[in-house]
Amino acid sequence: MTALDPERIKVILATDCGSTTTKAILIQYVDGAYRQTHRGEAPTTVEKPFADVTMGVINSVTEIGELAGRKLVDDDGRIISPATDTEGCDIYISTSSAGGGLQMMVAGVIAEMTAASAKRAALGAGSIVMDVIAANDGRRPHEQIQRIRDLRPDMILLSGGTDGGTKDKVVQLAELIAPAKPQPRFGSDYEMPIIYAGNNEAQTDVSEVFAEGGFDLQIVDNLRPVLERENLGPARDKIHDIFLEHVMAQAPGYDKLMGWTGAPIMPTPGAVGDILQTVARIQGINVVGVDIGGATTDVFSVFDETFNRTVSANLGMSYSISNVCAEATMPNVLRWVPFNMNERELRNHVKNKMIRPTTIPQTREALMFEQAVAREALRLAYKQHKEFATTLKGVQQQRTVGDTFTQEAGGETIVNNMTLDLLVASGGVLSHAPRMHQTAMMLIDAFEPEGVTMLAKDSIFMMPHLGVLASVHPKAAEEVFDRDCLIYLGTCVAAAGNVKAGKPAFSWSFNGMSGEIAGGEMELVDLALGETAMITLTPVRGVDLGNGPGKKVEREIKGGTVGVIFDGRGRPLGLPEDRSSCQSTVQGWIDSCAMYREEEETAAAV
Amino acid sequence: MAKAYTPGLLVTGFREHRCRRILPIAGEVNVSIGDVVTANDVVAETNLPGDVNPVNLANQLSMPASDVMDCVVVNEGDTVAVGDVIAQTKGIFGFMKTSITSKVAGTVETISPVTGQMIVRGAPLPVQVRAYISGQVVNVLPGEGCEIEANVAYVQGIFGVGGETAGSIKMACSSHDEELDAHHITEDMAGAVVVGGARMTAAAVARAREVAAAAIVSGGIDDADLKDMLGYDLGVAITGREQLGITVIVTEGFGEIAMAARTFELLKSYAGTEASVNGATQIRAGVMRPEIVIPLESTPEVGDGKRKYEEGQLEIGRPVRVIRDPYFGIIGEVSDLPSEPHVLGSGSKARVLEVKLPTGEHAIVPRANVELIEE
Repeated sequence: MTALDPERIKVILATDCGSTTTKAILIQYVDGAYRQTHRGEAPTTVEKPFADVTMGVINSVTEIGELAGRKLVDDDGRIISPATDTEGCDIYISTSSAGGGLQMMVAGVIAEMTAASAKRAALGAGSIVMDVIAANDGRRPHEQIQRIRDLRPDMILLSGGTDGGTKDKVVQLAELIAPAKPQPRFGSDYEMPIIYAGNNEAQTDVSEVFAEGGFDLQIVDNLRPVLERENLGPARDKIHDIFLEHVMAQAPGYDKLMGWTGAPIMPTPGAVGDILQTVARIQGINVVGVDIGGATTDVFSVFDETFNRTVSANLGMSYSISNVCAEATMPNVLRWVPFNMNERELRNHVKNKMIRPTTIPQTREALMFEQAVAREALRLAYKQHKEFATTLKGVQQQRTVGDTFTQEAGGETIVNNMTLDLLVASGGVLSHAPRMHQTAMMLIDAFEPEGVTMLAKDSIFMMPHLGVLASVHPKAAEEVFDRDCLIYLGTCVAAAGNVKAGKPAFSWSFNGMSGEIAGGEMELVDLALGETAMITLTPVRGVDLGNGPGKKVEREIKGGTVGVIFDGRGRPLGLPEDRSSCQSTVQGWIDSCAMYREEEETAAAV
Repeated sequence: MAKAYTPGLLVTGFREHRCRRILPIAGEVNVSIGDVVTANDVVAETNLPGDVNPVNLANQLSMPASDVMDCVVVNEGDTVAVGDVIAQTKGIFGFMKTSITSKVAGTVETISPVTGQMIVRGAPLPVQVRAYISGQVVNVLPGEGCEIEANVAYVQGIFGVGGETAGSIKMACSSHDEELDAHHITEDMAGAVVVGGARMTAAAVARAREVAAAAIVSGGIDDADLKDMLGYDLGVAITGREQLGITVIVTEGFGEIAMAARTFELLKSYAGTEASVNGATQIRAGVMRPEIVIPLESTPEVGDGKRKYEEGQLEIGRPVRVIRDPYFGIIGEVSDLPSEPHVLGSGSKARVLEVKLPTGEHAIVPRANVELIEE
């Protein structure tokens, strides 16, 4: 495509190639503003017989073309550009998360220090960490070497030592890895990328160790230049680059797709992160966003302008659904389901979804089960995110050597549900829930927001598209985000602190209405989309709604398609262990929040 | 009109099948273009570098790493046996020397003056790549491997565990919907590719392993049985490296599900014939499904080469398999393709199709929940 002149871009076609579905949107300049006008989707075509990601792109774009009455694909199966009055688009852009997960091995000298930092860098870049090799990990050298040989990582991150410190330990680690000659997952002609992010004075020695061949050594700044400070950015960026260049490029047809786009293809999570940071900055708020896909769940947070992203590589709703059930355990999944299900059959359903990832629930029972799995996937992903997003990350906060030894987990989390202002949902199971009440409840149950939190969802999973669009046409991205992207579900008011079951937790009043919420109860009150109200919240002693235990809260809240959800269940959220009382409790919450009301009326349609 | 792309598994009585046989690292290719090979022939071989044994001489000699080089008595590239002296201190006036001996046999690969560490590499590990299918070598990739082509009957499964194997097909069940249990497995199935009908029970798999069958193939399996067999709960469908002593392939899915009648009949028609089987499955990038490949001695009669239906296209009359509840596993034919989205029992709106079930009933099913029966 030709060079871009934003002024001349009036028709924008964007796709996101997910691991399950390829989603396309059309943005057009209508009546003086950019609007998202049509959308289409098709299964991602990495499977045989097509084994070409561009087939899914063309299918989704063809669907848009039919809906828009605009020919977007020519007879040779290529996207038409530039646009005329009736045909084509001015620019085609795309994000992609096809290509599966990123699998890494990390190594550091001390397990709790440089190896832990390396692991955080790898996790932050979205990888599955297959193993962490450290000089003090309790394994003998030949066992470590055997382990390295058995793994088939996409790349290795090697760290160790502070800048200017002793270098023999990190060179020794390199000497273990090099002769082990780890084989990459993809093909024998692929040189194993090694990222070295350790002691800067050992760079030459490490280079010499890997000089013999079969490795693609990339040197970046030390991720632990001094003991008290992490510097994860350069290593994470390099991991990202290698992921795009090597791993994602394994998705069939990806090379062709790169030739079609008018801007570099962005990884889906990167694009979502960009747009969320923009929102947090413009509105001056703390934001958490989640994108739950087929293979992975991405969690993004911006707290006090510090951005963090994690990718839970094996928590997803299709390819990884079986892993969610294994990791969360089936009893934890089933606690969200208010009726009995045969566990043996369920296990088979889960595996069938894993091997045929594009299927959708046809019955309400199947839907409720998938939403139960989603709660657990989201809960686990958020837990991982909180462990990752600590005071040491990103902002390079200083801490003393004493702190280093006392904080095994690596710092306090900066994720604070009480100061969270906006929780944004995206990903099929959240965005495509038949009723937005279901989306709201999945978010509340999994993330357990505290105090007053606004809930929203990405209307049609448009954030990735807008993230990449922002890099080429910020004005169009901002306009579409404002008008068409987020759908506000409403506000959640949740009690934290000493909530007692059945006893008053807090009272509320707004717009001339008032009520009282008891411990364990939920209540839904209408406040329509676009409306705002001043709410007064009076918690009982020991219960916190944002201003401290027992302190009154007065603030503005926004309405949404769901309304205001009062949550008196307390934090952390506990469900009865007894299966029968758990079912009746969950059914009570479902009824209070009108989660499946409309479906009961329409279920007879099939 | 947009194509309603719906992936399906390939089950065919004839196809020209080509497979690449590649070494993990460069080595020697034993075949030439035009050679006729059988499944067990070694077509390429190499030696993987041997085990690596690090010896921390600096620690063992209690001296700085930089001094180690003065005490090392072997050179890089030297062969050492167990007990050979590899380093020795000078001692005091030639006495009280400390000697370090090698605990493994191998070759001295590196001696590092930076870390004081010596790497001794053990004997190379031979790796052989077999032909996997009987056929003709049509391409040789020097130093890497070759490509073999054969006319085959081909069955793609939906999921499998275990790697490549081969054996003659033995039918254990008499119909496609008969459950495969232990009593179906007999001693004479040693080395065979055992074909059942519907779900294979845990007892059947155990019995097949007991009689040393090469592979077991059936319509379905219970996930609980798979978990017991593997010893862990499979999280993501990336398989093929399991060491179970048997390759397991399911053609339809998990649970009580019968093998597609056409698949069963095809396998039955080749009972007694040698088949190559691979359970490796990868449902991610570079999708891989398990397969049963049956090289043919003669080319069967084929039609005019024209497909009745366009590949991957949903069309009225086309046979499909429903792959999700409440009709999971049922094979029917497309009877209508309404263009408008339909509200499902779940409350979701989705594009659907109407399937004529074997009972004569018509069911509305989301388009995402069917797969084509490809040929």
